[in-house]
Amino acid sequence: MNLEDFIENFAAQFDDTDAEMFTADTNFKQLDEWSSLAALSIIAMVDDEYDVIIKGNDIISSDTIKDLFDVVVKLRG
Amino acid sequence: MDYNPFSLQGKTILVTGASSGIGQATAIVCAQMGAEVVITGRDAGRLQTTADLSGTVKEQIAADLTNNEDVERLVAALPPLDGAVLCAGNSTTLPLQFGTREKFDDMFNVNFFAPVELLRLMYKKKILQKGASVVLIASIGGTHSFMPGNGVYGASKAALNSLMKYAAREYASRKVRVNSICPGMVDTPLIHRGTITEEQLAEDAKRYPLGRYGKPDDIANGAVYLLSDASSWLTGHDLVIDGGFSI
Repeated sequence: MNLEDFIENFAAQFDDTDAEMFTADTNFKQLDEWSSLAALSIIAMVDDEYDVIIKGNDIISSDTIKDLFDVVVKLRG
Repeated sequence: MDYNPFSLQGKTILVTGASSGIGQATAIVCAQMGAEVVITGRDAGRLQTTADLSGTVKEQIAADLTNNEDVERLVAALPPLDGAVLCAGNSTTLPLQFGTREKFDDMFNVNFFAPVELLRLMYKKKILQKGASVVLIASIGGTHSFMPGNGVYGASKAALNSLMKYAAREYASRKVRVNSICPGMVDTPLIHRGTITEEQLAEDAKRYPLGRYGKPDDIANGAVYLLSDASSWLTGHDLVIDGGFSI
């Protein structure tokens, strides 16, 4: 898996945030559009696209999109 | 002083999903209320724990209700029943746009098709005696509360709740009553799987007018009422037990 695709899949869960706002360093929980439903969508997207189950705490402990990417990479082994 | 219309003395009652959560609490409370309890669940070890906690159970039968052979074996082993509480179920938290047919099938197989088939066989084979009472565990997520992420789960419980009303009409000819309980969030292993964090759960519990999530006993005690002669004239009803959440 590569980071660019992950960022693109991540961004696809949002409707009102400009695409250029999403980079490896984006503090995603600071986005205006961030919500509990967005968190559920990210968890479901990761299950769908990467076949691993991340937990709510993985999202809490990740600040940037890259942080979460690293969690997914690690879970995929 | 012996007057107690809520007693289950002399009744034989099946509880599914009895190895944990609401099913386990229901089995224990039914036994305490005097019932002869037959318990089933997937995990023989945890079923034994329920049997130990109940003091005495009439029979314990390990079975996966989504497996046809297991269901046949269970039904063949069942004694005549005065009541059944079908608790076995599962949940998922998933936005609808990720609710593929596969995800719906997983949820409906466990929460709808499995209890409906067991109910059908228990009625058709006349295991459910005249005057028996059946309790299905549905959810306010199927009938009263439509929170984001609960659609796949809630739709399966809505289907179950609808089936309950049809069964209540048809089975009334044998005086078999069929009701459901629609719980709000109940503190069972099902809700602690990590999709929702413990902090989020604690925050959510504050939204309940009575200030907390349900305990398995809150639901089990409702089931006792529905199983007992106290509810003899009640059928086709969905009993909401949710700490006031759906008001």
